[in-house]
Amino acid sequence: MKKKSLFAKIYPVLVFGFLYAPIAVLILFSFNSGKSTAIFEGFSFRWYEEVFRDTATLEAFKNTVIVAVVSALVSTVMGTAAAIAINNYKLKWFKQATLTTTNIPMMNPDIVTGISMMLLFVFISALFGKTGTLGFTTLTIAHVTFQLPYVILNVLPKLRQTDIHLSEAAQDLGCTPIQSFFKVVLPQIMPGILSGLMMAFTLSVDDFIISYFVSGTTSQTLPIRIFSMTKKRVTPDMYALSTLIFLAILVLLVISNVITAKSENKKQKQGSKKGGALK
Amino acid sequence: MGKKSTLLSRVIGAPYILWAVLFIIVPIGMVAYYAFTDATGAFTFDNMLEIGKYTDTFLLSIWLGLLATVISLVIAYPLAYIIANSGENRQKIMMMLIMLPMWMNFLLRTYSWMTILEDNGLLTTALNSIIEPLFQALGKEFEPIHLINTRGAVVLGMVYNFLPYMILPIYTVILKMDRSLIEAAQDLGCNKLQVFKNITIPLSLPGVVSGFTMVFVPSVSTFYISQKLGGTGTTLIGDIIETQFQTANNFHLGASLSFVLMILIFICLAVMNKFSDEDGEVII
Repeated sequence: MKKKSLFAKIYPVLVFGFLYAPIAVLILFSFNSGKSTAIFEGFSFRWYEEVFRDTATLEAFKNTVIVAVVSALVSTVMGTAAAIAINNYKLKWFKQATLTTTNIPMMNPDIVTGISMMLLFVFISALFGKTGTLGFTTLTIAHVTFQLPYVILNVLPKLRQTDIHLSEAAQDLGCTPIQSFFKVVLPQIMPGILSGLMMAFTLSVDDFIISYFVSGTTSQTLPIRIFSMTKKRVTPDMYALSTLIFLAILVLLVISNVITAKSENKKQKQGSKKGGALK
Repeated sequence: MGKKSTLLSRVIGAPYILWAVLFIIVPIGMVAYYAFTDATGAFTFDNMLEIGKYTDTFLLSIWLGLLATVISLVIAYPLAYIIANSGENRQKIMMMLIMLPMWMNFLLRTYSWMTILEDNGLLTTALNSIIEPLFQALGKEFEPIHLINTRGAVVLGMVYNFLPYMILPIYTVILKMDRSLIEAAQDLGCNKLQVFKNITIPLSLPGVVSGFTMVFVPSVSTFYISQKLGGTGTTLIGDIIETQFQTANNFHLGASLSFVLMILIFICLAVMNKFSDEDGEVII
């Protein structure tokens, strides 16, 4: 490689400075001994203790995790099945129509997706003469809906890359179509399924706008709780909580990166050994 | 394969098809239904006519959204280019650093900007202390800079929150680019600038288009950013829609505003797709 220009060295630092400035401020003020998120009075862990005493926040955190796990699992299973089906559809117009519909929740602004589902739920409950239908169920349905396109679009490319002859060969060798799917196709598309699952989970944890319209008053998720708190004045305990989540993610990412780097190293070593043996 | 697999794929695809009809297509029908009816359920154009009052809001939203998108593009393109041309390990680390902030709740990140931009906040104080002596040297009366509750602050909030969505697709496209084309152009006598202009930019266009829509759509429709950083002076279309559903309880007006917003965005997307000759699939 050529020598890096000065610009190529400094520019990323500037952009990352911009991206991390508010996060640094946020982490700093999570250690504030005062109640303010603007004036730093002194160092303390008081807000970290406060987080674990705040039952409403803990409840919201629990809701967020439950909704994320349930919706991500449902959307991954349904989305993977859908991707396989879409990949096999013979009718061109039907395939195209399905793909276009799949794209709608990604293209539509979140606020429109949110209110469209809210209107559906409100309309149906009015039809049955009920009120207060918005809650855990509607929240989960909405989360599954906006995650599905991401799962499908993660799995579809992997399906296109799989060699159709392999599963045919498996069937020639006596596998039933279902066996050949689980033994041949599934392992090949697994990376796509996993990244779809990860993405679905992340989107669910992070979502505020859609949840805000479909969750009602009973089942608050963490983003909704944060929203209602930012309407008044935020106390640093919210900062403490997100600092903890941030650190947890950071550790997870570093660990997973180290593991993949190690396994890649191993593979390379094994690969070179095998290569040597073959010669 | 053959018939058996077609039947099988129909069966395993059925739950999703049902789900998509129920929770994607029907809800959009609901928006249209509410947009064209009144409280008694009778057909009406009144909601649509009332939208005329919000023309300025629509225009302001589109203007600020466009501004944020263009600024994001200007910031993101060089960074994506630099990252795509770095060593493998550096690439991994930098991409991780770009994704990481998305794990911090976006409401709190925006709120944190509030503390930075406030009149006695960090940035404002720092800037004012630099500028004050300048004013005195010039003999003019000092007017402190005001950052929060301005349109500029709203655009900054948009750029900040959606910048990663611009970086990712451009990075992906540049990374996948056929390097031999660049070498060929160099062999044929192109200098660096010519290579960039004639090869890199045209080939990265699909990524730019994808990034453009991924930043523009959430920027146009945001309501939280404008509430927190724009104060009362900057009301965007998202704010109006949110009010109709959460406080004013005028679902019919809210639905008609959303309907128009949705149509506007689909027109934008259709125009953008014309620019990218790719098969129109989104690059994530």
